[in-house]
Amino acid sequence: MSAWESVIGLEVHAHLKTRTKMFCRCALEYGAHENSDTCPVCLAHPGALPVANRRAIEFTIKLGLALGCEIADRAIFARKNYFYPDLPKGYQISQYEAPLCGPGRLVVPVDGGEEVVRIARAHLEEDAAKTVHAGGATGRSVGATASLVDFNRGGTPLLEIVTEPDLRSADEALRFLRLLRQTIVELGISDAEMEKGTLRADVNVSVRERGEEGYRSRWEIKNMNSFTFIGRAIEAAVRQQVAAHESGEAVVQSTYDYEADTDVLTVHRSKEEADDYRYFPEPDLVPIEPPAELVERLRAELPEAPGTRIRRLEPLVGFALALELVSTGNERKAELLAAAGLDWREAANVAMNRGDFLPENARALAAILQANVTREALDGAFSASAQRPISPDDYLAQAAVGDESELAPVIDAVLAANPEQVETYRGGKEGVLGFFVGQVMKETQGKADPKVVNRLIRERLAP
Amino acid sequence: MTEISRELLLHVAHLARLELREDELARLEGQLNDILAAVSKVAELDLSDVPPTSHPLDIVNVWGEDEPRPCLSVEDALANAPERAGDFFKVPPGGGAT
Amino acid sequence: MIDTLRLTAEGAKDLLERKEVSGDELFAAYLAAIGERDPELHCYLHVCEDPGGAGIPIALKDVIGTRGIPTTAGSKILEGYVPVYDATVATRCKEHGLRVLGKTNTDEFAMGSSTENSAYGPTHNPWDPTRVPGGSGGGSAAAVSAGLAPWALGSDTGGSIKQPSALCGNVGLRPTYGTVSRYGIVAFASSLDQVGPVAKTVRDCAFLYSVIAGRDPCDSTTVESPEVVLPAGDDLKGLRVGVPKELNEHEAIEPGVRKAVEHAIELCRQLGAEVGECSLPRSVDFGLPCYYLIAPAEASSNLARYDGVRYGYRSPNSADRLDMYTHTRDEGFGDEPKRRILVGTYALSAGYYDAYYGQAQKVRTVIAREHAQAFENFDVLVTPTSPTVAFELGGRTADPLAMYASDLLTIPSCMAGLPGLNVPCGLSEGLPVGLQLIGPQFAENALFRVGHALEQAIGFDFVPERLR
Repeated sequence: MSAWESVIGLEVHAHLKTRTKMFCRCALEYGAHENSDTCPVCLAHPGALPVANRRAIEFTIKLGLALGCEIADRAIFARKNYFYPDLPKGYQISQYEAPLCGPGRLVVPVDGGEEVVRIARAHLEEDAAKTVHAGGATGRSVGATASLVDFNRGGTPLLEIVTEPDLRSADEALRFLRLLRQTIVELGISDAEMEKGTLRADVNVSVRERGEEGYRSRWEIKNMNSFTFIGRAIEAAVRQQVAAHESGEAVVQSTYDYEADTDVLTVHRSKEEADDYRYFPEPDLVPIEPPAELVERLRAELPEAPGTRIRRLEPLVGFALALELVSTGNERKAELLAAAGLDWREAANVAMNRGDFLPENARALAAILQANVTREALDGAFSASAQRPISPDDYLAQAAVGDESELAPVIDAVLAANPEQVETYRGGKEGVLGFFVGQVMKETQGKADPKVVNRLIRERLAP
Repeated sequence: MTEISRELLLHVAHLARLELREDELARLEGQLNDILAAVSKVAELDLSDVPPTSHPLDIVNVWGEDEPRPCLSVEDALANAPERAGDFFKVPPGGGAT
Repeated sequence: MIDTLRLTAEGAKDLLERKEVSGDELFAAYLAAIGERDPELHCYLHVCEDPGGAGIPIALKDVIGTRGIPTTAGSKILEGYVPVYDATVATRCKEHGLRVLGKTNTDEFAMGSSTENSAYGPTHNPWDPTRVPGGSGGGSAAAVSAGLAPWALGSDTGGSIKQPSALCGNVGLRPTYGTVSRYGIVAFASSLDQVGPVAKTVRDCAFLYSVIAGRDPCDSTTVESPEVVLPAGDDLKGLRVGVPKELNEHEAIEPGVRKAVEHAIELCRQLGAEVGECSLPRSVDFGLPCYYLIAPAEASSNLARYDGVRYGYRSPNSADRLDMYTHTRDEGFGDEPKRRILVGTYALSAGYYDAYYGQAQKVRTVIAREHAQAFENFDVLVTPTSPTVAFELGGRTADPLAMYASDLLTIPSCMAGLPGLNVPCGLSEGLPVGLQLIGPQFAENALFRVGHALEQAIGFDFVPERLR
């Protein structure tokens, strides 16, 4: 098995966060009444014509710039022709030979290195409408007696990002996807939520023997909308393909469906399938030649990339915490706490665990954390800090009991009352320490300074 | 150019979602071959250095602002529907077995 | 008594302004004429009883979408379809107070040169009802000539305004591509389709063009056009008129047509124009093949929306989705759209794109360059509009290529996106002959000037002899 290497490429689709559709000015609303956000254009009535959405074009250029893509001098919309009830015109307006964004790359930081994923292109297109299958037992097309179509989603601007086949494992693919998702979200161009269908991916998987040049036949797994399933589907595809190659069976290049229940991929069969999309330049639209001043304005608006920020935080808090801070969006809180004087690691931990505070309270919280206040006071400070500006003085008065002479009798009593736990601790299970601290905190109504309590218990139980 | 075979014609018809019954095939096949023979004349010119024209006017960068405008009422949207179910357009199932 | 056969739109405007007739009386006069003559000619697919407005009536080709008024594009697949929005040109007509008399007959999806491809039966030529009115806009052209509308709008992809105007003896303009909005026009070939006016006089034609022209934010391919100047002069001094020999000496041109056109060219000279010969060596031989690749390719895609899902015809034999598509489209489309969909699909399909569609796009460049070169030396080019006068109904229906050749002379300038004006220039065998004036892009005013001067000099009587 170890002789095999996975080769994975992704086509990622993100709904752009525009107010209106790609080619008409119907509002985009999540969960609107069916067919209430439609017009002659997105219903493809005879004679209706598309008008491109300027903001969607700008968003796409912005993404291209963030991925270091070449921005096209001249991008052309093309028609991709095929029939489906959710595709009202009988063609999808997309970009084919001349996409807005050419080759670029995304550098994914990993502990002690980086994974470079080349971007082949990024282009702009329109999403299909939504078909609901009625009458079938599971709401699926199999066994359905009719399909019901809602055109509200039809025409939503869709950004498609295509990678080169540079990914070598499911984990690598997921790391890339997560970083790409974050990049997209931080650019403010999409909510990119898989659960809501605003982020989807087609996954191309093949395998080859290590050291082998060139690529073998690949499977395309379409419309994946969960990170977990993407990972599992890749692993299932690799497993099935390796098994096929090893037993001398042919691996047929085709579209596959991933069945989560059985963890198996099966060939996607449809008698309507037609693999000849007959692309040609969309004659109802004119080319886009992004003006230099527009590109430069968008470039100036780019935020610092998440990958760069991970690398900047790494020396301060270590790679794992840096990755976690950036990917959970808590780094700003940590920065504020660190700027207010907290140690970076503590700041990071607080931001990760109790990050739900108003930014203007960072300085007060840092002051409270650095003073020894009671657990109660600390909880009170954090819970208030999520709602309104707080003053540190309100909490600093509730100093924690750190006086050893005051705490010693309480600790001794707790230890005496729990001889079994004492034995357990001495047997090497230091986790019991938390239990003793908890008991002491209880006895002191939360007023004891946990740090002092910790030290005193350790001293007493030391062999 | 070579003639379009029956098999290719049926493939093209399928791409275009046209049924083409036997009587139509008989009528259209010859006509299509005549038409294709006539239009194949374009191949006589060597135009390797000539750029294609997809549009008579050389205009670029026409777009609309991202400001919502009124949509159709749901009734207007569905007014011409051959079949509806509630406020959905209703179509036969995908099937494939039939 | 209003004589709708003679009344021009300009004349109607005068009558209304002087309050000699009311808008309703005027409208009623046309309804009466329609009641009298349309049963024989079949110009209209739908007549409006009370469309509102108080101005001059107008007929619209049935590819122009009209809110609340059935719009079929001459196809069964759009039977019963009632648009929920107005085409931009319909809106502009209404804003000018024009009243829609009805929707005129057309070849199905504007594909044809005789109006015989209409799913609702052919239109007959008012000069001789055994003959075709031309097409695809035969309904609009015949209606104007038969006094069933003072003027009308048509649409032109490869000659569908100019050629019927020639065969019916009236004035038709195919405007520069991009000067008139296509929004709401049932699409045939998007890079070629243009809406334009059909009228009895060049001045009416120019005025109606001024009503519909101009950039439309709903059509990304439109641009602003120069302000229209209503022609008034009667000389052509200082004007350079080019006679492209390939379009004037083609073997398909009937002697009677050639004679009438030569006479018109001679008149240009007498009116003070400088006339010279020029050449468009590849535009005629390659124009038709180029057109019959590009237009079907675009049509194959434009007609994909007729699938029985959202509007129009759906086959009752639709057990599953694939059946719905194939049966709906098989039963809904006539032969001509099917032929073009098949040719176009083939021309775009994998392995054939470069040889057919791609090559045709390059030929299009060649044709545009040849015309641009001719306009370095000339202000307008003159040719016959149609190689023949109106032909017999049924005369070309069995032979698609013979029908396609009807547009031999109108197609090249369409490929180049150029404006073309048909002006009647005489009779041959008692049937009208049309002169085609072609200008560079946005030179409509030059065409109007030449057309108007020739119209005065020729003195053509636009009322069909049999109706006088």
